[in-house]
Amino acid sequence: MLHRLLSGDLPRSHALTVALVVVLVSLAFAPFLFPGSQSLNVAAKICVFIVLAASYDLLLGYTGIVSFAHTMFYGIGGYGVAVAMHGIGATWGAMGVGVALALLLSLILAVVIGLFSLRVRAIFFAMITLAVASAFAVLASQLRDITGGEDGRSYSVPAMLRPSFRLIEDQVLGVSITGRILTYYLVFFASLGLFLLALRIVNSPFGRVLQAIRENEFRAEALGYRVVVYRTVASVLSATMATLAGVLMALWLRYTGPDTTLSFAIMIDILLMVVIGGMGTLYGAVLGAAIFILAQNYLQVVMGKLSAATDGIPLLPQLLHPDRWLLWLGILFVLSVYFFPTGIVGRLRAQRR
Amino acid sequence: MDAPALETRDLTIRFGGHVAVDKVSCSFRSGSLTAIVGPNGAGKTTYFNLISGQLKASAGTVLLKGEDVTGLPVSARTHRGMGRAFQLTNLFPNLTVAENVRLAVQSRARVGLDLVSLWSDRRALIEKAEAMLARVRLADRRDAAVASLSHGDQRKLEVALMLALEPDIFMFDEPTAGMSVDEVPTILELIQEIKARANATILLVEHKMDVVRSLADRIIVLHNGQLVADGLPAEVIASAVVQEAYLGVAAA
Repeated sequence: MLHRLLSGDLPRSHALTVALVVVLVSLAFAPFLFPGSQSLNVAAKICVFIVLAASYDLLLGYTGIVSFAHTMFYGIGGYGVAVAMHGIGATWGAMGVGVALALLLSLILAVVIGLFSLRVRAIFFAMITLAVASAFAVLASQLRDITGGEDGRSYSVPAMLRPSFRLIEDQVLGVSITGRILTYYLVFFASLGLFLLALRIVNSPFGRVLQAIRENEFRAEALGYRVVVYRTVASVLSATMATLAGVLMALWLRYTGPDTTLSFAIMIDILLMVVIGGMGTLYGAVLGAAIFILAQNYLQVVMGKLSAATDGIPLLPQLLHPDRWLLWLGILFVLSVYFFPTGIVGRLRAQRR
Repeated sequence: MDAPALETRDLTIRFGGHVAVDKVSCSFRSGSLTAIVGPNGAGKTTYFNLISGQLKASAGTVLLKGEDVTGLPVSARTHRGMGRAFQLTNLFPNLTVAENVRLAVQSRARVGLDLVSLWSDRRALIEKAEAMLARVRLADRRDAAVASLSHGDQRKLEVALMLALEPDIFMFDEPTAGMSVDEVPTILELIQEIKARANATILLVEHKMDVVRSLADRIIVLHNGQLVADGLPAEVIASAVVQEAYLGVAAA
């Protein structure tokens, strides 16, 4: 049963199994284990970014395609919900329309980008995706009437998902089951489902062809696989998953703007999550996303405490000042890439042998 | 009258001013083994690339069972029955031996775009891949990563991939090059086995004249991209022009 759920792709390392179970249990019971709106926000972000990083790994790690348009598809999902909810109203029907249109737009864009540019060399493809994504970001900020421009759009979600909603009057384990918690579980289960779906895709006959294309495109074609078709299908799947991740984030934040969806900084974050976790393994996306989001949210707090603790020692408090958190995050990443070139998962799996 | 299994008509490719393959017209009968010989740079591998589609011909046509395939991409020609083992080993280095063969088997079975079933659930395909590995005597290395195989084993796997495609045309590009002496017989036996089957059309680029002599029904000689001799092995090898100019070099 578990074997089938994980599509036969078991962690193959004790340490990795433990790490994955910790992430799964923490996320599954986040509202009860870590009460408070900030920690729930972090947990929801981790869920969404696991999907986003996993879908990016489908391209980068499995197929060997470097794309910078992943946040564009993520943004399309976010704006799909935002525009529909803002324009039509806070109903499930509006959400359905928004999601459907977003998926359609992503599908068309992914196919067009794929067919027109996946024939060319990898570096040109990367440049084309960068250009298209930048154009889309500019478009989103200029079409003020539709997207809200730089300010983005705030909107209401269906009543069931609002903070004031109560599923039951009583508390469960000391926590009221509000619309926020329902939204969290919507995000959690949708993310879990999408992740398991991605795991199935990479372990299907199709998934092996993608790996073959990454390894030796020339020979894959000689074996009878039309490479451009496979690459385009992979791009479409990846784009679709990113769009759905954007939808989940939009529901969670009840706000969509350029900075939360289309920004190039998010693209870099996703890239780092995949590389740190380990390219070519979806479990890498889980660990990469979890570690990255945690560091992003709590490194400053930890550093603030360290800075206070080292008060009086010359230089150290300045170096550990919370404002320096990006510097330390950068150092952590350089070190992790240097020492774990195959990512955390690659490292853990290699240890077992 | 049946069309030949494979035919090239005035097949030509130019790279700038250099004509690498120059109006080569030749047909290959079903059930025959033709050796293609010639000195280095004669255009043998280029001729193969034109036939299997890695290179686009500047002029001329390739006919597969009478059908013009000149405009088709490599993958489409493969599905029409063209199989090729490459000269420089050309595999998927970080996948296992079994996965490599399996990819060829599933291409033949046309299940590449199956996204929902589990790779490991497809018993029939797995068993077929195992059978191919047994044929090339690689069954015991099935779980090894290809990058860790010896050169000889990689060559065997290269042949296994072609066998798994179950083609009508088998194109061997120097299958024994770089192999140790004790590994060569395995490959030669395999080629004999394929030859023994009805309707297998085999094209073999080979430098070793003893191999050519023992296997081939016919020899064609390429020189400077042109077809300069074509006939029974004994005749071609005996012909003065071939002896002097090419085989002396090639056999050395």
